[in-house]
Amino acid sequence: MINLETPKKQAGLVDQAHQLAMNMLRPISRKYDRAEHEYPKELDMLAALIDGVSETGATGGAGAGGVRRDARPKDDGGVRNGANLASVLSIAEMCWGDTALLLSMPRQGLGNSAIASVANEEQLERYKGTWAAMAITEPGTGSDSANITTTAVQDGDEYVINGEKIYVTSGDRADSVVVWATLDKELGRAAIKSFLVRKDNPGLKVERLEHKLGIRASDTAAITFTDCRVPAEDLLGSPEIDVKSGFAGAMATFDNTRPMVAGMAVGCARASLDLTRDLLEQAGVVIDYDRPALSQSAAAAKFLQLEADWEGAKLLMMQAAWMADNRKPNSLEASMAKAKAGRVGSDVTLSCVQLCGTLGYSEAELLEKWARDSKILDIFEGTQQIQQLIVARRLLGLTSSQLR
Amino acid sequence: MTGTTGRPLALGVTRSYSFVMSIMNSLRPGGRHGLSSKETRDPIGLAVAAVNRLAQSDLIDRVGLRRQTEQVVYSTTRNGFRVATAAGRTFARAGRRTAGERPAAAESRGLFDLTPTEDEQMLVDVVAELAAEVLRPVAAQADDACAAPAGVLQAAQEIGLTVLGVPESLGGIMEERSAMAGTLVAEALAQGDMGLAVATLAPGAVATAIGLWGTEAQQQTYLPAFTGGADGQDVPVAALTIAEPSVLFDPFALATTALRDGDGYVLDGVKSAVVRGAEAELFVVAAMLDGTPALFLVESGAEGLEVEADPSMGVRAAALSRLHLTGVRVGGDALLGDTDGTAYTECVRLSRLAWCALAVGTGQAVLDYVKDYVNEREAFGEPISHRQSVAFMVADIAIELQAMRLLTWKAASRAARGQDFAREVGLARQLCAEKGMKIGLDGVQLLGGHGFVKEHPVERWYRDLRAVGLMEGAVLV
Repeated sequence: MINLETPKKQAGLVDQAHQLAMNMLRPISRKYDRAEHEYPKELDMLAALIDGVSETGATGGAGAGGVRRDARPKDDGGVRNGANLASVLSIAEMCWGDTALLLSMPRQGLGNSAIASVANEEQLERYKGTWAAMAITEPGTGSDSANITTTAVQDGDEYVINGEKIYVTSGDRADSVVVWATLDKELGRAAIKSFLVRKDNPGLKVERLEHKLGIRASDTAAITFTDCRVPAEDLLGSPEIDVKSGFAGAMATFDNTRPMVAGMAVGCARASLDLTRDLLEQAGVVIDYDRPALSQSAAAAKFLQLEADWEGAKLLMMQAAWMADNRKPNSLEASMAKAKAGRVGSDVTLSCVQLCGTLGYSEAELLEKWARDSKILDIFEGTQQIQQLIVARRLLGLTSSQLR
Repeated sequence: MTGTTGRPLALGVTRSYSFVMSIMNSLRPGGRHGLSSKETRDPIGLAVAAVNRLAQSDLIDRVGLRRQTEQVVYSTTRNGFRVATAAGRTFARAGRRTAGERPAAAESRGLFDLTPTEDEQMLVDVVAELAAEVLRPVAAQADDACAAPAGVLQAAQEIGLTVLGVPESLGGIMEERSAMAGTLVAEALAQGDMGLAVATLAPGAVATAIGLWGTEAQQQTYLPAFTGGADGQDVPVAALTIAEPSVLFDPFALATTALRDGDGYVLDGVKSAVVRGAEAELFVVAAMLDGTPALFLVESGAEGLEVEADPSMGVRAAALSRLHLTGVRVGGDALLGDTDGTAYTECVRLSRLAWCALAVGTGQAVLDYVKDYVNEREAFGEPISHRQSVAFMVADIAIELQAMRLLTWKAASRAARGQDFAREVGLARQLCAEKGMKIGLDGVQLLGGHGFVKEHPVERWYRDLRAVGLMEGAVLV
């Protein structure tokens, strides 16, 4: 039966996340935006709290690791509202609090999602409790991630990794990094594998931290790998180079993480909408869902347009997560959600600054911060344009050589 | 008093005076032919305009000066040509003026789910077939003729579209509140053709309204005529009329009025977007009663009703008309629903929901069509779909269309469960109006010149999609 509400059984979790965001993230939001690269020590306690709650099962498996798809799902023919949906909903709430701090949550890195997506059972057990960052982008390779030049060469029961990675979220604070490297550049995307590298590996060096437009509370690192030796059992998933399945293994991570990034944009944008609505109403602007928008004030009409777009992004995000929970292939829907949420995130947060004038532009409020934070969400885990490429190829049945 | 076209309604003292006044009025530029009232005509302009008037006159046709093929096919499409409403059937009064039957709200297990129920899916499958096999093939012709073919109307009646919103206990087909099923059906029908979808759904809008807000007497009096359709009886043509031909129309501030008169009411005003107005036997008319909008059942035989064809940019197969009400007296039992605006507000929302569903269906038709087209059409030695500027437009159509659909479904499912859906339908309408039009616009653009000509259906979808966001009434889920 069609129903697009937050599931009853996850409502409590969403409320909890909202309270955490309001009472733990918002009070330190501006502080760490200003103190870029300073470690938000308050998060240690929050992470411990979340770990504790997770162990009770009360989080419904939500979190970076919640994206794992069981090999044999319990199929009772019924509809599932599982960890994927719980994850995107709680991520959205946390990003309503602060996107950068959500990205800095210990043990909730994108690398953790990658592990959950592609690691085997033995690895999953072994990596329990690690905080894993994700390293894909290189100085010369962004969106064309099949073109990475970092190499992994087998040497006995080890791989030797050489290369440079940039834009590694939590690259400094995390205790491990999931690195994409190619086993054989000649074999193209099929040869790209991911490896878990411990931060104390002598071949790994954090070179610098970036100074950024937004999400300044989150550390973004450049990392070099120089003859970095990792045990063969730290190659995630299968070491076989299967030219047929191609990129599928590594890319499966994206099907799971893109709805999460959509969730970040949805949460960040809602922070702007909530505050802007309140400020507008205090200024006497009435927003009426029944009267034609064109007969209301221009500010109210603009707000309605923003909220409608935002609602669309949120529902696309929920659809993509719901499909993952129900073992339906969701590459198309994940990219649709990411594309819509990414652009809506920017439009909403920037428009809200404009609606609120210098009040919105000032650091006295957080609106200007959200308008800076949101931009990265239309870039990382696949830019707007990459999402459009994926959607278009799927819809039109075109290969990557036909639609380049 | 002048009509909406600026032509005097009453004849003057002498015919010649009347004729001169008519010409003078018609030569005043403002408000006609897309001219603003700020425009003025100089003497040469006046002469040109007069010649043009003559060229348009029926007179030269009557004396055979113009080739028959140049004649406008439907005389009712001429501005200002009005006829009395259809004589219509007599609806035998029955029942008591107590609250009528109400459909039960749907129950949910509280899970997020995008899967229609089995019943809904069966219904959608049947309607999708009707849309593809019956509606689409005749859509261009119906658009041109400003009329829905009898076969289409008959087929829609046979599968029970008219009584979709009527509870089973009153002879309808659904056990529960049918807003969700109605939304899925409207979407599927519009994938065939929006104009024909509106024509076939219009009587059901009135039946649904009576099911939702009617007294026992209103239900007993009117619904049997609608529910007899499945047995092959002719279902009455009926129209839910809310819109009025005014700029910045606000359905909560109507110009049409209802004045109390003894036990009954007297209605005055002009309604627009009246589906198949000339044939309609029963109208639901929205009018202000004591400053609050309310709904009234008006049978077509009532004194003071006139209907005027109002062919519009699109949705032409629905034979859109204007309904003029001049001192129309109805009984006290004509009031449909309450007088505090509750039923009316819900009616406006449910109608907007139906228009959203129509936008989604039409948007899907555009997407399906352009997908094939851009893959087949070649330029510079390869399919144009191989170009990002083309492919990304298609991707964006798909993304926004799905967002429109999810918003519409969310509003519909809330309505079906009896939850407040004001916000959801407001947002769905906002998105469907904006993105729906963009889909129509991009659809034509993707076909280039081929999109502009009637050889392809995309220009029709462009015209139809402009309706969403400005239409009120006519359809209801």
